[in-house]
Parts: sequence; C-alpha cells; structure tokens
Amino acid sequence: MAMLKKSAIWIAFAVTLVGMPQIFDSILAISILNQMAIAIVFALSYNMLLGQGGMLSFGHAVYFGLGGFLSVHALILIEFETMVFSILWIPLIGGLFGLLAGLFIGSFSTRKAGTVFAMISLGIGELIAASSLIFSSFFGGEAGISGDRTFGPTFFGVDFTQNIDIYYVATFWVFLATLFMYLFTQTPAGRMANAVRDNPERAEFIGYSARKVRFISFCASGLFAGVAGGLFALNYEFITEENLNAATSGRVLLMAYIGGLGYFIGPIIGAVILTLMNSLLSNYSELWMLYLGIMFLLTVMFLPRGFAGFIMMHQVAWVRGTLTLLIKPYIITGVPAILFSLTAILLIEMSHTEDEIFHFLGMALNTSSSVTWVVALILSGGTFFATRKSLGQLNEAWESANAISKDEQT
Amino acid sequence: MLEVFIFATLNGLVTGLLLFMLASGLTLIFSMMGVLNFAHASFYMLGAYVAYSISLYFGFWTGLIVAPLIVGLLGALIERYGLRRVHQSGHVAELVFTFGLAFLIEEAVQFFWGRDTKNYQTPDLLDFPLFTLFGQEFSAYRGFMMTISIGIFIALYYVLTKSRVGIIIQAAITHPQTVANLGHNVPLIFMGVFGVGTALAGLAGVIAGPVLTTFPGMATVLGSIVFVIVVIGGLGSLAGAFIASLMIGLLQSYAIASDVGMPDLLNLLGISFARDHPLNDLWTINLPQIAPVLPFLLLVLVLIFRPTGLLGKREE
Repeated sequence: MAMLKKSAIWIAFAVTLVGMPQIFDSILAISILNQMAIAIVFALSYNMLLGQGGMLSFGHAVYFGLGGFLSVHALILIEFETMVFSILWIPLIGGLFGLLAGLFIGSFSTRKAGTVFAMISLGIGELIAASSLIFSSFFGGEAGISGDRTFGPTFFGVDFTQNIDIYYVATFWVFLATLFMYLFTQTPAGRMANAVRDNPERAEFIGYSARKVRFISFCASGLFAGVAGGLFALNYEFITEENLNAATSGRVLLMAYIGGLGYFIGPIIGAVILTLMNSLLSNYSELWMLYLGIMFLLTVMFLPRGFAGFIMMHQVAWVRGTLTLLIKPYIITGVPAILFSLTAILLIEMSHTEDEIFHFLGMALNTSSSVTWVVALILSGGTFFATRKSLGQLNEAWESANAISKDEQT
Repeated sequence: MLEVFIFATLNGLVTGLLLFMLASGLTLIFSMMGVLNFAHASFYMLGAYVAYSISLYFGFWTGLIVAPLIVGLLGALIERYGLRRVHQSGHVAELVFTFGLAFLIEEAVQFFWGRDTKNYQTPDLLDFPLFTLFGQEFSAYRGFMMTISIGIFIALYYVLTKSRVGIIIQAAITHPQTVANLGHNVPLIFMGVFGVGTALAGLAGVIAGPVLTTFPGMATVLGSIVFVIVVIGGLGSLAGAFIASLMIGLLQSYAIASDVGMPDLLNLLGISFARDHPLNDLWTINLPQIAPVLPFLLLVLVLIFRPTGLLGKREE
C-alpha cells in the first residue's frame, strides 16, 4: 500500500513535468520552465549537502559551473565532430565532471563540518572563480565559452533547435536525478548522512567514519550539481565565470533555504518560487532583489524550516482533523498582513520611482502630493499594528488545534 | 628595485592595517557568539556610504565620528531583534542569517544611494604628500589611515585585557552562565560587542571609502578576504588577526608589484613550451595575475593543515 502511494507520487510528478508545457506553452513560459528544471536539480543537490548532510557550503556553484563548462566543451567537440554522440547525454558528462571535482575537493574538505567546512567551501569557490579568469583557454575569460546544441545525431528526428525540445530532455534528467536523489536518502549512506549531521560523535561510536559519510554525500551532491550544470549548458548554449562564482552559490543557498531544508520537497518549492520571482517579478520592479533579500531574512527568522516546513507544521492538525479550526484565524491575521506587505511595497516603490504618477494595482497615485504619502504611511502603520494584534488569536487557535486532549493522552 | 620594494611595503601595510580594522570586529564577534558575521563587510560599506552622505552637509570629520556610531547602533539593533531570535535555531541558521543580511544590505545600499560610484573625497586638511621618496609621493591620508588602525589595535587590546569591561567580556566569552549569575547582563554585553564590532567595520569604511572608492560592490571586494584573515589568524584571536592582516596585505602588495612569473621559472629550469601547448595559460602565468587568488589558496591550505590558524585555540 505504501509502495503504491509512493509510486503514485512519482507518477504524478512525471505527469506534471510532461504536462506543464501543454498548459503554459508560450515562449516565455517554456524558457521559465527550463530555468526551473535546472534550478530544481541544482537546489536538490545543495540540499543533499546542507539539508541531509549538515554541510553549509558557500561554493556549491563550483560543481555546477565546472559541469557546465565541460558540457559546453563537449558541445564544441560534437560540433567539430571530434566526438559523435547525441547531446542527450551532455548532462551526464557534466555530472561526471562534477563528481570528479567532488572526489578531489571532498577528499580534503569533508574532514570537518560546521564553520571549517563552510570556510573551505568559500575559499575553494573564490579560488576556482578567480582561476577561471586566468585560465582563459578552458574558461574563456570574462566572455565565457559558447557552443551549439544543434549538431550531433538527432534523436528520432528531433534536432533540438527549439527550447521545448530541451525542456523534454531536461524533464527526463530532472525526473531521473530527482528519483536518484530521493533513493539516495533511503540508502544506508543517506541515512547515515542524517545521523552524522545530527550527532557526528555518536555516529563514530557505532562504527561509522563521519568523514567517509560526509565524503559520500559530498561526491553525490557534486554529481547532481554537475548534471544541473550540463542542463544549463544545453539550455543556454554558453557559460561564463558568473555561473561558478559566489553569486550563484548564494542563489542556490537561498533557494534551498526558502524552500525548506531537510524536507525532500523543500528545495523544489524554493527553486520554483525563486525562478518565478527572478523571471516574472523582475519585469515589474527593478527592486525585486531587495524584496528577495527581505523575504529571505524573514524566512530565516520566522520560518527556519522554510515553506516546506511551514506546510509540514500542519501535519498534526491535519491528522487530527482540526485544520478547519485554523482557517478563520489565518484569515484574520492574513488579510492585514497582506495589506501591510502591499502598502510597504507601495512605499518602497514610490520612494524609488521618478515618475510623477505611479501606477499601483490599477490605481494612479500622485507621488508629489503629500496626501498620497500620509495615507500610505497611515495605512501601512495601521495594518502593521493590526497584524501584530491578531497574532495572539492565531497563537491561541494554533494551540487548541494542536493540543492533545485528555482522552487522547490515555 | 628598492623603491618598488619600499612602496610595495608601504602599500601593503596600509591595506593590511585597513583589513585589520575589519578583522578585529569580526574576530571579536566570533569569539563571543561563535558565529562568523558574513555581513561584516556590508557594515563597512554602510559606514562609507553614511559618512559620504554626512560629509556632503557637515564635512568629512563629522562623518568620521557620526557614521561609525550610526552603523554600530544599527548593528546592535540587528543583533537584538534579528540575530538573537535566530540564535535558537543553531549556528547554521545564524550563519545563513548574516549571509542574507549581507545580500539585503547590498540591495538596500543600491536602493538608497543608487548603483553609481560616489564621489567621496579625502578631506582637504589631509590633501598633501606626507613625504616624497624616490620621486613618489606618500599621501598624508594614507598615514592618517595607518595611525587610526594602529590606534584601534592598541585601544582594543588595552580595553580587552586591562579594563573591567574587557575582563567581563572575556569572562562572558568562556563562562556566560557564571557571569550572568554574578549579576551581569550577558545578552546586553553580546549586543554591545556586536555594536562595537560593526562600528569598527563602519569606521574602516569611513576612512577607506575615499581611497578604495565608494560603490555598491565594495563589500564583496573585501568580504571574503576578511574571512581569510580571521581564519588564518586563528578564530577569536585579536593578535592573530593583526599578524594575518599585515601578512595578507603585504603578500598581495608584493605579488602585484613583482613582475616574475612562470616564464622566468621555466627559463631558469631551461624548459620551454610551444605557444599552442594546451596548458599555455599555465606556462605564461605571472604573479600579479594570481595575486587575488593567493589569500584563498592560503586559506584552504591553512584550513587543511592547521585548522586552528596561527594563534587560535578553539578546536570545534
């Protein structure tokens, strides 16, 4: 039964992946879907390190980037017919190179977790990013390197000129990578990774080398980051130093954290949210990075387990059937909270814009009149106060929905 | 040759002492809270920007005093309302929080001050050459930077080891509960140390802003180097941070000033490679080129072979 339920989830996942371009079929949507596919594999591979293995890395883009660079080189080799194989296998090449880099770097960096590991990863990240600008015959310097995916043997007549073709290639690899990464968590190595994360000393006492366990997770994570890099190479057909530097490493940390560490589905949620913000929000506001930063800090402070953790918090209430008790309190807190966010965004945007008339949610606001400002300030202050006031009743409702009644205890 | 060496040394000392101002606050915060403040260089950037804005209205000297205070106050508030809350979720969450803070501060700076470089100038009072050596001038402002940094090192060392406050702080680092039982407000001490640490970073920003240019990327430029220093010096060790700062400053300065490279080494060994050799980049590399990489190479080597750093005690 459990087996059936699990395979049902995987079938649903596959159907969603394949079905998405049927629903969202514009060129923009396909390009966003491709970005999502890359981000999902990358974020999941990061979660293997931080969420499952407890290793905070500030240089995970190294494996993504190296995989991507080798993939573009493979594309070039195919183009000049030095090698002949379908570009379908490019992500595998990226993955193998990521694994190779992981094997080498992991051999000395996984001795310790915690701050030491974080610092080594930062150092390696900076080292590789800076070296990539020096060794320009492989990395192409500032401009990066580019290839062409339309060469090589076709796959049942598909020549990969369209983005949608790449989407289906990506779908195949995303599904495979996700499946293997999930299966990894179920293996003894994956289980021990959790044990070492929680208490390395205990794990050592029952006979496991914490270092070896970390090393295995690290290499596997490098492999899948490389696969993501290969997908990136296929989708964009070029890659630059930017794809292996600290900014990319930071972005994957944000994705995994906002989505929710420790939950398998967390990074997937994070990847989807961040890609959407990246591609849609940036059309509306040039300040979207500022909002992203605020959102990230709020997540770290109030939802330490991310969005997935927030959803999973309701499991108890769900099982007990008390979830309905929470609907009303959520609305009471949610409405002023949303209003506050909107007015706060309005204030930020108004102080940033240079236009006389600012359009916001279908309203045309005069930014030079002080009335607009006073009203907006009062609104944001009032809604903030209302949100704070309403937290008490939400807390109470939460307690009563999750409280274990007397007869349940016995 | 000698003049190159002397100027490289002077420049290295200026950079090293500037780096020390950042590293001192960072290492102090680490020894208290056990967390590396990723946003430390961002406070440095904030210091430069705030001082720039103040200097437009009240001149450089007001900015020099007021800007670090504002930055320190902001740091204390962030500790009180942000970091303290995250502390419950563990070290990784704290590190991630400061990482997010660095991200947010960079965006906020662009929001308030824009993306372009600010024309933040050295004060007229210090706009003269301190001395001229081999026809090259050494500006008074650089001398001023060095004086301030050395002053801070002495003051900090004195306060931490000799004064009553310093002794309470040192005790709170190792035995927070005992110190609390003696009636001291430990969370307040933590907040104060965080405030002072960020104020020091702000001060570094104020005096570095005019020389190293004030732009939104200035935190990223120094951010990771400061980590390198703190780790190499030994986490939590002030003297170690001082030595490591000078070391890194001089190392980079010498590497940039030198003109030796792989071709010289190959000539010495009597080996030569064709220009189209696949590793041509490696055979033509020279020291100034790899100067930015050296600190990180050192970081990785130190972490592998001596994770406690030069003078560090703390072994996790």
